[in-house]
Amino acid sequence: MKILPMQCGSGLRSAMAKPAISTFRVIALLLAAAFCAFAAADGAWLTKVPAKDHARQNPYHGKEDAVAAGQRIFLDHCAQCHGEDANGTKKRPPLRSERVQQQATEGDIHWLLVNGNMKKGMPSWAKLPDQQLWQVTTYVRSLHE
Amino acid sequence: MIKTTVIILSLIFAASAAHAQERPYFVTYSHEMEEPGNLEVESYNVMGQPPGGNLFFGSTLEFEYGVKAWWTSEFYLDGQSTQNESTIFTGFRWENRIRPLLREHVVNPVIYVEYENISADKALREVVGHDGAADLTTPNGEARPDVARELELKLILGTNWRGWNFSENFINEKNLLGGPWEFGYAWAVSRPLALAASSRPCNFCREKFQAGVEMYGGLGDANGFGLHETSHYIGPTINWSAPGNATLSFSPQFGVNDYSVPHLYRFGVSYEIDQFLSRLRKEGR
Repeated sequence: MKILPMQCGSGLRSAMAKPAISTFRVIALLLAAAFCAFAAADGAWLTKVPAKDHARQNPYHGKEDAVAAGQRIFLDHCAQCHGEDANGTKKRPPLRSERVQQQATEGDIHWLLVNGNMKKGMPSWAKLPDQQLWQVTTYVRSLHE
Repeated sequence: MIKTTVIILSLIFAASAAHAQERPYFVTYSHEMEEPGNLEVESYNVMGQPPGGNLFFGSTLEFEYGVKAWWTSEFYLDGQSTQNESTIFTGFRWENRIRPLLREHVVNPVIYVEYENISADKALREVVGHDGAADLTTPNGEARPDVARELELKLILGTNWRGWNFSENFINEKNLLGGPWEFGYAWAVSRPLALAASSRPCNFCREKFQAGVEMYGGLGDANGFGLHETSHYIGPTINWSAPGNATLSFSPQFGVNDYSVPHLYRFGVSYEIDQFLSRLRKEGR
């Protein structure tokens, strides 16, 4: 299932069209707009994955060796930010979340590893061969089991 | 001061595994940035002997920091030692690399800006203009007072394709104290010896090694662009991601014309400390 961005802004537009607005309504709308912006940014990368990448199949899906290899790569490169147990750290998100484990496809996770989310601090891991990125994906998706 | 030194040394020796996946390049930059928050300490060295000159050993100590996922900053300290002459500190450099496109594309550009304050340089971190073997025969005593304050701009282009990395650099350098713009190039290709990782821990498995070819040289200056009286080098290159966060690199390089030093031997060691500033704050408490 593809995650669509939240439809924020239509309420704000209609409210702004009225000539007299109470201070309370303006503050409430600004807070709502700020919440929408925050909510859209958190996990917004999922909405940017092209359909072709979203649908890509993991060649290592379910392979035990790939889970073990992926864990080694994860500990070398990813654990410093996401934690050795993948529960996240102070500033970086957990990878056992519903978004990573259920909402995202393996193709989505692979796309994120290739491209990163550089504005949010996630680097591109395209320096690793594609095979290793799929191995990490296999490991990450094994964490919910 | 002593406390700071002890903290930094303890960080270096106690840093957790952040295995760098470095490209085995000595002159060419790839489009890949340092991970944000990580500090990489690198020592790159070159040894050679120009015809009619003394054997020299040039060295660079580099501190590369990932400021953002799209911005890497690096500070260099340069030195050299020439047989029968002297061992001297030759200056410093400070460079910044910025990646304007925030996703991976077929060709990924990076903008590189560097300021250099150097004299009698023999680190050979780039070759531009009409740089040649004859420049390296000038005795240190004569070359040292001739300080160059240079601005160096590079366009770095990089592609990753099926495990291969292709990197091309176009170099423009200007001495701010005078002289024309000088031009140069560098390109390199490399690939890990195995693309998939092994499921068992290993130090010498094939994915820990990367091998490739690197070539670089001058392209003249604004008064005479081209290959006339320019030097060029080519050679195989290899690195090994060793245990303990270190990467070891080696490359024998060969001058391809009479204007070049016949042989150069390059070797380097790099060591990565993950989340350097966070660790520094924790250790300081």
